[in-house]
Amino acid sequence: MSTTAIPAGTKWWNGGRSPFNSSYGKVMMWYFLMSDAFTFGAFLISYGTIRFSVNNWADPNHVFNSFPFAGHANLPLAFVSLMTFILIFSSVTMVLAVHEGHNMNRKGVEKYMLLTIIGGIAFLSCQAWEWTHLLTGEHVALLSNGTLDAIPTTVKANPWGHDLANAEMLAALQKTPHDQLVKIAASLHHGAEAATHTNYEALSNADLVNQISASGLHATHSGPIAFGGYFFGITGFHGFHVFSGVVINCIMYIKTKIGHFEQRGHYEMIEKAGLYWHFVDLVWVFVFLCFYLI
Amino acid sequence: MSTHTNSEISFPAEHSGGTKRIWKIFWVLSFLTLIELALGYFLYAKHPDLSHTSILATKIVIGVLTLLKAYYIVSVFMHLGDEVRNMIMTIVVPLALFVWFIIAFLWDGDSWKNLRNTNAGSKPDTHEQQVVPAAKEPGQKD
Repeated sequence: MSTTAIPAGTKWWNGGRSPFNSSYGKVMMWYFLMSDAFTFGAFLISYGTIRFSVNNWADPNHVFNSFPFAGHANLPLAFVSLMTFILIFSSVTMVLAVHEGHNMNRKGVEKYMLLTIIGGIAFLSCQAWEWTHLLTGEHVALLSNGTLDAIPTTVKANPWGHDLANAEMLAALQKTPHDQLVKIAASLHHGAEAATHTNYEALSNADLVNQISASGLHATHSGPIAFGGYFFGITGFHGFHVFSGVVINCIMYIKTKIGHFEQRGHYEMIEKAGLYWHFVDLVWVFVFLCFYLI
Repeated sequence: MSTHTNSEISFPAEHSGGTKRIWKIFWVLSFLTLIELALGYFLYAKHPDLSHTSILATKIVIGVLTLLKAYYIVSVFMHLGDEVRNMIMTIVVPLALFVWFIIAFLWDGDSWKNLRNTNAGSKPDTHEQQVVPAAKEPGQKD
């Protein structure tokens, strides 16, 4: 702990000095972050309320089990751990940049700001991959109209309900129209060329149903629609904070590089940007908890 | 006043010397995250065998570890621990509202689920019995 030399009996509130022994900008950054914490908190609590109110919320280990270039390997928690460690590490480089700023070491600030920016971009790239994977990866689920379809995870569709019993699945297949059957058959053999897709179009409904039921299809009920809205809404809002944090860090890097802070005699702006960046990491700790871990 | 570049700051904040503490906290955060992941994996791997109480208990432990991580980030990385006590209080005390927010809203969500499952109390809650056999269907893939 630092031992800030504050004389005993200091009259903080008599005017002429900051009662919080801190600059206006830093105190206001703290209050902004506190209000932002309430915004994120409200989102996460709203998500928790809805999740508690339904029986069939998606199991995160089921939804988030893929890793880039790992194909269909079942790897729950792996990718999100990588994202978490990227963000923790970029928080460390940020606090090291602030530290170098206290020592008035311009080169050190530049180096660590650059590493922090790289960490932020790496995190955003991971998130872009994850979103793409969810928005394009189709899974066969029972729709509310009693038919089966291959649907992705979006704000309007959620294929992550309970497993569908085999008899129910066969009954639903009988009711499923041709175009949806073609889509399901194609999704079962994806990786195959588009040529096979046209072959499915030429098949009759009965042939398609036979092919699909012979393939050992694993179908589910549809899950609560709210899942996609909360997931994309909250991780999107957090991702936007990361993005704006990267932009702020880039501005700070440029200002350091051209010597603005050296002229000013202190690196307090790096501290304020650092507060914002650590807050982004702090929010991720809770997003990680609420969406992926439990 | 003339000796200060920024007259607002009476005593320039002084942060502890080396980078040792920063790296120590990095290892603490990594370690806590690894424990969380181990518990999360435990929940995933043992899910069908666990009782409701032990699942809830594990989740609460993960939540407490998360709060511990938050404490280290705020106190050390954001240097809030080095600020004047009054300032710490203006930030931490309002956030205490979250304690009640979380209890009240999750309670509400749970009550909502019970009302839905029991048709507002007019039929017994049969939901739990319906779900358990479906989850243990043989030959299913994750």
